[in-house]
Amino acid sequence: MKIFASIYQWLDDRLALGRLYDQSIGHRIPASASSWFYVFGSATLACLAIQLVTGTCLALVYVPSPEFAYASIEYLDYTQPFGWLLRGLHFWGSNFMVALVTIHMIQVFLFGAYKYPRELTWVVGSTLFLCVIAMAFTGQGLRFDQDGYWGLEIVMSILGRIPFVGMEATHLVQGSPIISGATLSRFFTIHVFVVPAVIISLLVIHIRLVLLMGISEYPVAGKKIDPETYREDYEKLVERTGERLMPEGGGKDLVFTALILTAIVTCAVVIGPKIPNGPADPSLIHTVPRPDFYFLSLFAVFALMPPYMESFSIVYLLPLSIVILFAVPFISRGQERHWSKRPGAIITVVLVMTSLVILAYEGLTSPWSPHMNAWSGVPIQPQFVQGRTPLEHVGATIVQGKQCRNCHSIDGTGGKRGPDLSGVATRLTYNQLVRQVLQGDGNMPAFGRHLSPYEVTALVSFLHTLHPENEPPSQNSAPEPAPPISTDPY
Amino acid sequence: MAEEHDHEHEPLPEGVPPVTRRGLLFNLGLGANVVAASMIGIPIIGYVFSAVFKEKAQQAWIPLGRIEQFPEGQTRLATYTNPFRRPWDGFVADIPCWVRHIENDNFQIFAINCAHLGCPVRWFPQSGLFMCPCHGGVYYEDGSRASGPPPRGLYEYEYRIRNGHLEVRGGETPNLSESV
Repeated sequence: MKIFASIYQWLDDRLALGRLYDQSIGHRIPASASSWFYVFGSATLACLAIQLVTGTCLALVYVPSPEFAYASIEYLDYTQPFGWLLRGLHFWGSNFMVALVTIHMIQVFLFGAYKYPRELTWVVGSTLFLCVIAMAFTGQGLRFDQDGYWGLEIVMSILGRIPFVGMEATHLVQGSPIISGATLSRFFTIHVFVVPAVIISLLVIHIRLVLLMGISEYPVAGKKIDPETYREDYEKLVERTGERLMPEGGGKDLVFTALILTAIVTCAVVIGPKIPNGPADPSLIHTVPRPDFYFLSLFAVFALMPPYMESFSIVYLLPLSIVILFAVPFISRGQERHWSKRPGAIITVVLVMTSLVILAYEGLTSPWSPHMNAWSGVPIQPQFVQGRTPLEHVGATIVQGKQCRNCHSIDGTGGKRGPDLSGVATRLTYNQLVRQVLQGDGNMPAFGRHLSPYEVTALVSFLHTLHPENEPPSQNSAPEPAPPISTDPY
Repeated sequence: MAEEHDHEHEPLPEGVPPVTRRGLLFNLGLGANVVAASMIGIPIIGYVFSAVFKEKAQQAWIPLGRIEQFPEGQTRLATYTNPFRRPWDGFVADIPCWVRHIENDNFQIFAINCAHLGCPVRWFPQSGLFMCPCHGGVYYEDGSRASGPPPRGLYEYEYRIRNGHLEVRGGETPNLSESV
């Protein structure tokens, strides 16, 4: 034992290990900061460690060229020993990291921990959050499957909306005027060198700020922050109730981190990595691109926003929301930290998170997207054709053949873009149906040029039968000309 | 020694810092480093930003195939090779587009990308519509906007016919910053 003691002393003499410990993981924190609510930052850090280690290992095999990216991922999944596991760890590590960094931010926000004197910790942390999102997006692109390719194309279209320099911006990011090998190389470089370097540098500043300002004490309702006396009070608090982060204060961090690591390993082993959905071949256009879950809400916003707002929102509101994120400590300057005295903070979190979750759900189900194969693949239930005239049967065939079902459901099956047609006759009269089919309206294309008069008659005759048994089809209050029942179909 | 030497001069007027050998060296060193850094930095900026500058290949006429491959009155998917193709580009260099042969020498060549956010639109000849799988943009057969979020119709590439071959100017993915 003596020999270890003397080795330690020799090292401590040269490296000042004791002082390093005192100033870092051994620094004193208020006892109230040892809380189950304070564990998310360290868990995010653990995720970062996983990402760095597994990412470095994946780069040993992954080839950032369009010709081999997909093949090298297949190699990782099926040939390289533990390749599937490392891809799983990296994939689930990223999911957990995005989730944990978000929870960490919400906690800091609700606990008012960004207030004096920790404003810059929030600003640096917000930048780190954006870096994590950038990593998530570029990483998804490196999978370079169809979702990855078209995800890039979507982002380039977003960049292309920047006024004046939109085209130049897309070319700069793409590395060429069309997405190509240069684009993948750029995303690889950004994902592997640029953003990780920024993250590590900012993390050093973030942690230095945490150590400089001290971990915020658990908020107490009614206790106000006074910049005149706060630091003095904090020092007194630490002196009075303080304990070292490790080993006294950080036990909860360790337990939670271990839980998270176990969860990541479990997900990686049980569910596995995200399997790429086909190589990024732009000429295979029969694809339905969807982003990974963290971008589903954004994906949904773009579908639901009125078109006239879109470019404005992309160019101004998106950057503005980032500015607001950074400016939180400078906008919210109240002296109260406890959430029970800050209803605005609670409403903000509830509103933002509810919107994000609902939008993500909408993005997942994408009711606005046509079901590209519904016209040929979705059956029609017997009750909608039974007892109909031959003309109406032709109409039912036209509903399928002209891709109406891609946007319209019948009895809940088919696209959800337009209204369900099961009871359409109760909403529109015969003549209104004809007009709607021929001229389109609102969000419906006009079909006039692709339907012969006979087809229109057949189609509308069929649609006119779509009403519940005890609810008659709607009709004009004024008498209207009798429907041209197929006396002369041509 | 240096200090003694300085004392021989007239005292400087107040507010003017004395020029010392150390100060001069520091400023000289700083300046030389700025020059050296820009000698390294300017080419690096040029290297990274070279993608922004227009290249000749962007305006190139790219063969799409013989006219007979595109029957009159039909709209067909065609692919052409990205004029910037690099050896390791693989099939990412195969760029798809929709070719609509109206009649005789009249064509329309549409970019595959939806004008909304760039997803690949699909052609449905039965209803004469292009539909986008992402956010539900729909276009008529002539590329004009039919419904959904796109702010305009499909993008059209320039084309020409040379010796019975259809050629397209498709060296750049169109987006809303141009030709709106």
